[in-house]
Amino acid sequence: MSGAKPSPAPTVFDWTPARPASSLEYVEGWGMAAGSHVRVLRPRSTEELAAAFALAKREGVTLGLRGTGNSYGDASLNERGWVLDTSRMNRILAWDPRTGVATLEPGVTIEKLWKSILADGWWPRVVSGTMFPTIAGAAAMNIHGKNNYAVGTIGDAIREFDVLTPAGEHLTCDRERNADLFHAAIGGFGMLGAFTRIVLETKKVHSGDVRVRAKSTRTLGEMMAYIEAHRGDADYLVGWVDCFARGRALGRGLIHHANYVHEGEDPDPRASLTVEHQELPANILGVFPKDQVWRALRLFNHDLGMRAINFAKYHAGWVEELDEPYLQSHAGFAFLLDYVPNWKWAYGRKPRELGLIQYQSFVPKETAEATYRELLERCQRAGLVPYLGVFKRHRPDPFWLTHAVDGWSFALDFKVEPVTRERLWKLCHELSEVVIAAGGRFYFAKDLVLRPEDARRAFPSDKVERFRALKLRHDPDGVLQTDLWRRVFAAPTR
Amino acid sequence: MPQATAAPTLVSTPGKRALVIGASSGIGAALVEELVRRGYAVGAVARRASELQALASRAGGKVVIRAHDVSRFAEVPALFEDLVRELGGLDLVVFAAGIMPEVERHEYDSEKDLAMLAINFGGCVAWCNEAAKLFRTQRSGTLIGISSIAGERGRKGNPMYGATKAAMNHYLEALRNRLAEVGVVVTTIKPGFIDTVMTRGKKTFWLIGPDECARQILAKAAKKKGETFVPSRWWFVGFVVRWIPSAIFRHMNF
Repeated sequence: MSGAKPSPAPTVFDWTPARPASSLEYVEGWGMAAGSHVRVLRPRSTEELAAAFALAKREGVTLGLRGTGNSYGDASLNERGWVLDTSRMNRILAWDPRTGVATLEPGVTIEKLWKSILADGWWPRVVSGTMFPTIAGAAAMNIHGKNNYAVGTIGDAIREFDVLTPAGEHLTCDRERNADLFHAAIGGFGMLGAFTRIVLETKKVHSGDVRVRAKSTRTLGEMMAYIEAHRGDADYLVGWVDCFARGRALGRGLIHHANYVHEGEDPDPRASLTVEHQELPANILGVFPKDQVWRALRLFNHDLGMRAINFAKYHAGWVEELDEPYLQSHAGFAFLLDYVPNWKWAYGRKPRELGLIQYQSFVPKETAEATYRELLERCQRAGLVPYLGVFKRHRPDPFWLTHAVDGWSFALDFKVEPVTRERLWKLCHELSEVVIAAGGRFYFAKDLVLRPEDARRAFPSDKVERFRALKLRHDPDGVLQTDLWRRVFAAPTR
Repeated sequence: MPQATAAPTLVSTPGKRALVIGASSGIGAALVEELVRRGYAVGAVARRASELQALASRAGGKVVIRAHDVSRFAEVPALFEDLVRELGGLDLVVFAAGIMPEVERHEYDSEKDLAMLAINFGGCVAWCNEAAKLFRTQRSGTLIGISSIAGERGRKGNPMYGATKAAMNHYLEALRNRLAEVGVVVTTIKPGFIDTVMTRGKKTFWLIGPDECARQILAKAAKKKGETFVPSRWWFVGFVVRWIPSAIFRHMNF
């Protein structure tokens, strides 16, 4: 084409998108009771993550770290700044099927992890009740599962991690190197830096199934006695409580007790260690699509309906208890509700309704039974009865701001309605007084109601002070903030 | 204590805030005026700033104008955010930008065609993706795409114009299906002949003015229509055109 005039610079399709990608969205907590319209940055690499920190610093704006947004409350919200969503950094960097050690980018979800390692005969050692959280979110909240009493939290399964601090340092942390940051960032709800790489140990399994048995319990005391008696032999223990039952039936419920299948017991582990074997069908009875089930649940989402459902579930437990132990897939046992898509919408969703909150407290074993009986009674007296109650056993761990105690936890799901919101928050504050008096703690992945004075009394002050000092060192400009941080730990400064 | 820096907070509840892309003339301009009459705060985006200024003073009310070429995709996320913040939230987006250059009988001009693709379809994707992200997460909003009856079949006259509109129909249908579960409405409008510069000098029938067209578009969206003709009777034309066998269609000149 010599001699031809150079053609004008092409404008059509010649574009360089801004990095990291940025958009304006409504960002809410999983429970839908809190949220705000904010700018969301979605880096796809550590370089873009660093660019996001630099951009925020230049603009003088705070950043709230977020994964897939599965914390119930405001742990991943940042109404007064931007949200930094690391869920696009989601590659599995290394996987060793001999040792079961996985090296993960922060945005790898528990779902992606188990689906990638199961065929090799491994399962995540700690999983939440949903498979959708990212590994970085799980580490930041120090999540636990139905086996907390036996294996600890996810932090106990993390061998090491890399973190990028707002001060611009890339640090590798484990139990020896940067041990302070290791024990503070796990459970540090994203206030110290962004995880960029997490090395995780997983659990060898010899079948895709677990053996499950049910045990119906007539009181809370009976439930605690059963769990205490089987702490040594059960791999998973979780109790469901009918919060509507009162008087002598207070705390009645149903325990699910599960054990791994031992080597040699599953005649064909290769068939059960597949994703197909794990997942539940998308349709009920082959025709009714599960993603419409929430609409049916919605018809029962009021006190009378939920009282009836809890009643039915408790009595169905009498029958289930008579059955022989049965086999259930790992995913079916661990993540049952994930197979009812958007079931939370049954609670009523924003913009017109307010969803739900979960109030979960952790109380030492010595005071737990009396405390939880009082919590239930107070809810019933207030006329604000949780639609779901879940009871678990825990053990302490070395992470600075951990929720876990040598004791128990009780998670209560409350529907939030415009007319009850204020009363519900007041009730929760009353419950917190009871919990704190009993030496209890709280869990940031669930919380939306804690006040600064509650946190001050519930968490050890030496740990909180060390945590603040560490934050000042790694985030001197206070770039990392969330609504949770400002609500519970920092007085508003402007 | 670390220093919090407060970014301006956007508190948005459903209301009357609309964004019209391709607002300087034709259906887009008429929509801006109609929306202002209905009490909306309107963001108006188009390439020509002067036309936008004229439109804003003509319309009265709250009209926020931004000059922008929809094929500059990289500008869209920031511009979208800027407009939504200025309007205090967003409930309705109309993508009405489009060009239809004259194409000769045997002209195969990639530059012309790809410009059409970039503006009519690329611009639609760049803007509607931003709207979809906002509307999905806030679980409310209405998205209207101005397509054309020209997307029904591959006519000899202007291969790419029809192709961009067919692509738009397909893309918007998919958005509609994705966003239905959160109650977001996606309406594809296929106008017949509207009295605008696009139809000037062409043989037309059933011609309506852009103001009437705007009113009908908003009525259709309010009824949560999916894909729909404006005026409605063009449904019949669309139906006939779709069912003409290819062997016959290729001998037709329109």
